[in-house]
Amino acid sequence: MRMSGAKMVIESLHKEGVEVVFGYPGGAIMNVYDEIYKQNYFEHILNRHEQACVIAAEGYARSTGKTGVAIVTSGPGFTNAITGIADAYMDSIPIVIISGQVPTTIIGTDGFQEIDAVGISRPCTKHNYLVNKIEDLPRIIKEAFHLASTGRPGPVHVDIPKDITAQIGDFIYPSEVNMPTYKPTMNYNKKQLKRAMEAISNAKKPLLYVGGGAILSNCGYEIRDLAKKLNIPAVETLMARGVMGDENPLFFGMLGMHGEYSANMAAHETDLLISLGARFDDRVTGRLDEFASKAKVIHIDIDPTSIAKLVVADYPIVGDLRLTVQAMIEDIENHEINDFSNWVELLKEYREKEPLRYIDTDDLIKPQWPIERVGKILGDNAIISTDVGQHQMWTAQFFPFSHPRQWITSGGLGTMGFGLPAALGAARAFKGTNKVVVNFTGDGSILMNIQELMTCSEYELPVINIVLNNNYLGMVRQWQTMFYENRLAETDLTAQPKFKMLAEAFNCLGYTVSTKKEFDEAFKDAVEKRKPAMIEVIVARNEEVLPMVPNGHSLNEMTLLKGDK
Amino acid sequence: MSNFNSYYNSETIRQVISVVVLNEHNVLSRIVGLFSARGYNIDSLTVAPMEDSPYSRMTIVTTGDKRVIDQIVKQLNKLIPVLKVNEHKNVIEKDTVLMKFSIDNNLADIDVIARAYHGAIQNVTHDSIIVSATDSSDRIINFIKVMEKFNPLEVVRSGIVAMER
Ligand SMILES: Cc1ncc(C[n+]2csc(CCOP(=O)(O)OP(=O)(O)O)c2C)c(N)n1
Repeated sequence: MRMSGAKMVIESLHKEGVEVVFGYPGGAIMNVYDEIYKQNYFEHILNRHEQACVIAAEGYARSTGKTGVAIVTSGPGFTNAITGIADAYMDSIPIVIISGQVPTTIIGTDGFQEIDAVGISRPCTKHNYLVNKIEDLPRIIKEAFHLASTGRPGPVHVDIPKDITAQIGDFIYPSEVNMPTYKPTMNYNKKQLKRAMEAISNAKKPLLYVGGGAILSNCGYEIRDLAKKLNIPAVETLMARGVMGDENPLFFGMLGMHGEYSANMAAHETDLLISLGARFDDRVTGRLDEFASKAKVIHIDIDPTSIAKLVVADYPIVGDLRLTVQAMIEDIENHEINDFSNWVELLKEYREKEPLRYIDTDDLIKPQWPIERVGKILGDNAIISTDVGQHQMWTAQFFPFSHPRQWITSGGLGTMGFGLPAALGAARAFKGTNKVVVNFTGDGSILMNIQELMTCSEYELPVINIVLNNNYLGMVRQWQTMFYENRLAETDLTAQPKFKMLAEAFNCLGYTVSTKKEFDEAFKDAVEKRKPAMIEVIVARNEEVLPMVPNGHSLNEMTLLKGDK
Repeated sequence: MSNFNSYYNSETIRQVISVVVLNEHNVLSRIVGLFSARGYNIDSLTVAPMEDSPYSRMTIVTTGDKRVIDQIVKQLNKLIPVLKVNEHKNVIEKDTVLMKFSIDNNLADIDVIARAYHGAIQNVTHDSIIVSATDSSDRIINFIKVMEKFNPLEVVRSGIVAMER
């Protein structure tokens, strides 16, 4: 069929089964928008900033596992999008970003709104394309979706000049991708798997170290199975929250800089660290040469570059985590596995001795309290996103996660402004279900993409934003207090908008609360009304995120909460 | 993690790597970008299309400890347009240099030395001559040093091409 390049974009997205795109129009992408206007294959959501388009696409992808799509214009549209793209890259989130470019005849002349988009996105995409010929367009979009979602997932960027979207050509959508240079290793090496299983059967204190890859490869439940069949304890990284399920008796918490005592001690004492889709991030390992220093390492990852990047793997396995874990489960019967109950008991003692806790009060709300409270009220029904800062760590610590993809956070890049647009993307994905999407955010972070309240209200996406207002850039303030002799350089946020009125100005529900009772009432109201909402909670200003492993220390050197137990 | 330290503190090695890539725009910048973004070193890089194929071959000479070289090879393999990466162990290496001298020099001497390095006088004009030499890198470095006494006007090196023995 003959059609314009712009129409080809629409038809290709349709072929890929896209049901929603997040976007923002402009000169160079107008041909595509004209076709968006005419079609009814998918819904287009107009965000109010391109960064939010990309992060919303991420929120959609992170909560569903499907590939998210964002469309933006050239120049400033594209540069606005780049933080979202970098965010997706760091956390390996499958999204496809389509950007308009100035006509091919103008490329290289510093034309109006021209920017070297593929040059800018190169270091923060899995792959990118500049479409030079209309014949290539369908193939490139097909490849983009394939690359984004297979192997180690990631963002793929397609930059399309305006004259290409105007040209007419034959639309032939390939049924298969044919990329001889792209062959991600899905299947583990059998010999390596066998050696790893032998190592497990001979270990005394093995530990499952579960990372974000467990969610990306959709094998949370298989990992629970593996842990149960082997009676091996497990700890999670920030990105993996929800994989084990917090009620699981073999789960000993999140590890890392703000990890739980039992989790960090488990990593410190284990003699066999079994890394499942984790990447040994410095916020997880603390001092690298002290991390799991008594352990041999089984390192399973789909990305060969992750293996032995930071630590030496004694038993490296390259392959899809899901297939590998399934094979491990099947192979258990061929081994005589040690009994690890003493080890599990020891970790239980650690957990009882130093549980995660905070000192609750009735006068000033402690920031951890609303998080626990929402957990109690919503439980499984919640999808939780966060911004970046103390509130993010408290949510990771205190929210009772029960399943994978319940937790959406910016781990690798730590992008303030992430929470609201990501929640919006998730809310779109679960529209019409009984899921309640809650964004825990800070008074600093929320202002970085506050305009998305408008998107929420226009598209009736009932995100509940809970602003834990401590009048500080809290996390930075915490570091200043601990490591800069309390010199609070530019972290005081006493100058603030009236959050309640701000919410109402965007046609959302607005609340300001400072007691537990008020919080309960506001939250109940927001859930019942099913409208986008912002609940400002006045919380204790100087609360710290604890435990904490100071930068450059090893995981067993934690600062723990002092005071009443 | 037992052998961790030895792995990190291993000695610096020089490694010749050849990379077969799709011959499309943007590929060179992807490769170079990979090196610059991660702080890896490129000592030399040559590229040319391969006979009758959609691919080009790049020959890269780099230095780093074992961990760095491992990462370079893995990262190169990870780039979508890369078909094949070879970490060469036992190669023939060739480097070419072009040098321009004033015609006033003793041309016979220059000619004799150049020939000792698989070279020859390539071009002569009223006021200058151009000499080429092709040899292993260390010998080319030596050649340039020797020729310094004739006060070269210009020196251009090619970078290395390599082939497994
Ligand atoms: C875009 C961006 N800029 C700066 C930072 C650095 N940063 C990390 S946490 C933080 C403070 C966040 O403050 P707030 O949102 O109020 O949350 P709190 O820590 O108080 O819970 C800052 C500035 C960042 N992560 N992202």
